[in-house]
Amino acid sequence: MNNAVKILYPLAAVTILVLLPLLTLLGPSAEFVFAVIIPCLALAAFFSGFIYRVVRWAQSPVPFNIPSVGGQEKSLPWIKDDKIESPGNNWAVTWRMFLEIFFFRSLFRNSRADLVAGQRLVYGGSRWLWLGGLAFHWSLFIIIFRHLRFFTEPVFPPATWLTNLDSLFQFSLATLFLTDFIILISLTYLFFRRVVSPQVKYISLASDYLALLLILGVVISGVLMRSIFKVDVDAVKRLAISMITFKPAVDSNIGLPFYIHLMLVSTLIAYFPFSKMMHAPGILFSPTRNMKNDSRAVRHINPWNHPVRVHTYEEYEDEFRKPMMAAGIPVEKKQ
Amino acid sequence: MADKKLTPQEMAQVNYLPPAGDWMDPTVEFKRGTYCYAAPLKNQEALQLPNPRQWNPQDKDWKLPLDFKQLVIGGMQERLDKFRSWKLFLDICVRCGACADKCHFFIGSGDPKNMPVLRAELLRSVYRKYFTAGGKALGKLGGARELDEKVIKEWYYYFYQCSECRRCSVFCPYGIDTCEITMFGRELLNLVGCSTEWVVGPASSCFRTGNHLAIPPHALKQSLEFAADEIEGITGIKIEVPINKKGAEILFVTPSGDFFAQPAWFTLLGYIMLFHEIGLDYTFSTYASEGGNFGLFLGADYAKSLNAKIYAESRRLGVKWVLGGECGHMWRVLHQYMDTFNGPGDFLQQPVSPITGTKFENARSTKMVHICEFTADLIYHHKLKLDPSRNDRWKVTFHDSCNPARSMGLFEEPRYIINKACNHFYEMPENTIRERTFCCGSGAGLGPDENLEMRLRGGLPRASAVKYVRDKHGVNMLACICAIDKASFPPLLEYWCPGVETAGVHELLGNALIMQGEKTRETDLRGDPLNPGAEEGKTDV
Repeated sequence: MNNAVKILYPLAAVTILVLLPLLTLLGPSAEFVFAVIIPCLALAAFFSGFIYRVVRWAQSPVPFNIPSVGGQEKSLPWIKDDKIESPGNNWAVTWRMFLEIFFFRSLFRNSRADLVAGQRLVYGGSRWLWLGGLAFHWSLFIIIFRHLRFFTEPVFPPATWLTNLDSLFQFSLATLFLTDFIILISLTYLFFRRVVSPQVKYISLASDYLALLLILGVVISGVLMRSIFKVDVDAVKRLAISMITFKPAVDSNIGLPFYIHLMLVSTLIAYFPFSKMMHAPGILFSPTRNMKNDSRAVRHINPWNHPVRVHTYEEYEDEFRKPMMAAGIPVEKKQ
Repeated sequence: MADKKLTPQEMAQVNYLPPAGDWMDPTVEFKRGTYCYAAPLKNQEALQLPNPRQWNPQDKDWKLPLDFKQLVIGGMQERLDKFRSWKLFLDICVRCGACADKCHFFIGSGDPKNMPVLRAELLRSVYRKYFTAGGKALGKLGGARELDEKVIKEWYYYFYQCSECRRCSVFCPYGIDTCEITMFGRELLNLVGCSTEWVVGPASSCFRTGNHLAIPPHALKQSLEFAADEIEGITGIKIEVPINKKGAEILFVTPSGDFFAQPAWFTLLGYIMLFHEIGLDYTFSTYASEGGNFGLFLGADYAKSLNAKIYAESRRLGVKWVLGGECGHMWRVLHQYMDTFNGPGDFLQQPVSPITGTKFENARSTKMVHICEFTADLIYHHKLKLDPSRNDRWKVTFHDSCNPARSMGLFEEPRYIINKACNHFYEMPENTIRERTFCCGSGAGLGPDENLEMRLRGGLPRASAVKYVRDKHGVNMLACICAIDKASFPPLLEYWCPGVETAGVHELLGNALIMQGEKTRETDLRGDPLNPGAEEGKTDV
């Protein structure tokens, strides 16, 4: 499949999603669909899909203890073991997972290998992906957290603190949050990486672009409705509160940009459980990261450990008894 | 090799630009030198493999079973239900590409399907087609493709271009382990009768004779006697090598390459000398005469089948615990699988070194200790007299073998032994050692001669690091603790960086070991003269 096609289809899909909310101009019932029905369906898809996927993973057993070990094992008492990269207990595993989830520890290790003249391989640090990825995920997390102020009354204090912190560096004219700025840059980087690097371009699928474009759409629509196409924030908050109290009420003056933002968000969360974005819960299940390197000290049980065909010693001796005896190798049966 | 031999300069001209077009169109050319031959019929039958037949990867018709699609898809379903790793790793990759240049086969070949991410996508695309809604609905746009014979051929080519070294899994932000993917792929291939001779041959030999090299018991005994004779020639000490000795304290299991092939042979001499010197009550076994496990390269059930002999034999002989020699994937199995496969080994006792009294807490369930752990403990407790100057002709570097490194974390023990047994030790650059070590390029059953070009390409990153220390420090000896390494490095280093030899850690130890009652040594274990003046400056450690 042509690479341009892999980008164009997702782009077209996102464009349609942006245009669909124009239907809200038809009147209150259309507004109700976009403000209430679609988000509710999306949430339902998100939660049911998310749980389904996670349960499906959990249903498959982990037959073998297969951590990827990145440091000295615990062996002799005078050899210092690497507690994190060769975790020996649950605390160490938790710490390893914590660093992985919150700081992308494995990605931090990233290097690049360049083959230069004379069959020499040169390794350089390559942390742009780590930085871009970390910046994106942290910004996204803070942005979502900030959104709590729409769903709580009185506003959940940490959401206010974080919002204030995030706006410390207000850029002069528009009210652009620091995280808005960072997420835009990091998403742009992550997108261009896929287009510019020949290898990454080669491995990218349409769904990789779709995820990026959807999130970009969400961010851009969100930023625009804060700074340029202003919407009635109070009306948005009333809608949010009405939704979580199960008494949905839609203000008619809420504004089209909000519906575009909401449509993109709804699509994103509905798509989430069916996409690679499930890496978020997936990392918690990864047996190479969440297991202890103690497989010789503690027996790991495989629930389906079925018997296999073996060649017994008796069968072996039956075949080789004569030469064994001739060579003076002890045998069980002389005949 | 290709029709004309490539020079190292030519082979190192690697083009990393992916070809035009889409990887989803399965195209694979079985180029000479880059693939492994199929297993011959008799060996397929010996292991009772599915769809046994005589065939060759270059055949147009692979004589797959008529229902090969159902077989593979059914096999996928069964394995998805049995292995969380497989289900998860098929689902959560984001294709960030961090793994790409971590694979030695990608670095050496530039073939984009050797990027770990794409190797896995070869399977994922089929998984999406038959197991996910998006893939079913959207087809290629959803990253999904039909399973057909071409895809099977592509799998065969690329799942036998992965040495299951797990390097990419260290760098993956989700720990996706291509070794798991490759094992999965090979098991599926196996279901329709596609396996390689270099894996099936040794595995079927091991099933019958107890070792990969098909050494029958009497020949093994001769081989060990010959080793004892050689040791007598070098040290003047006559040693009886115990075989199948009931009631011995320890069963010693080592890869069968040690019994025949040089330079692994010299490592065997080292073990026997060490055990004699410390008066160890141990035995070799002819039935369990293989530590390695080529079954692992076929599938979990075959690995379990071959591995069963170690516990069975230790029970029959009535030993207290098991000691394992230098080997790579052998230790993957022993460390991460054996207890689960064939345990519990509760008829054995927790390993205790009879010389130092050290309890090997880390092996308290499996009851199997790595020889480097055992020897490092001996040296630490001053139980060995060593003369490192006998290794003075060697400037040594150490290659962390993939599996003891990334599946076990055995980093310090071998280094400790080398540092006590040798005066000149130099590390390779940090991006190429310890958990970031590179495979020799021949692991996981990729070692046949017909696959030489791919092995050399896969070995390029390791060889490049060896070359670096050769040129910088004059390194002329690569020490390692893996039987495949010992077999594959000599030709690999000869090609990429001549002048560097290969040895097991216990060969170097055997050289340095001062044995009670030994004559003045004139040669090392290779029969080469020791350095003049080597006998001066003996040190007790």
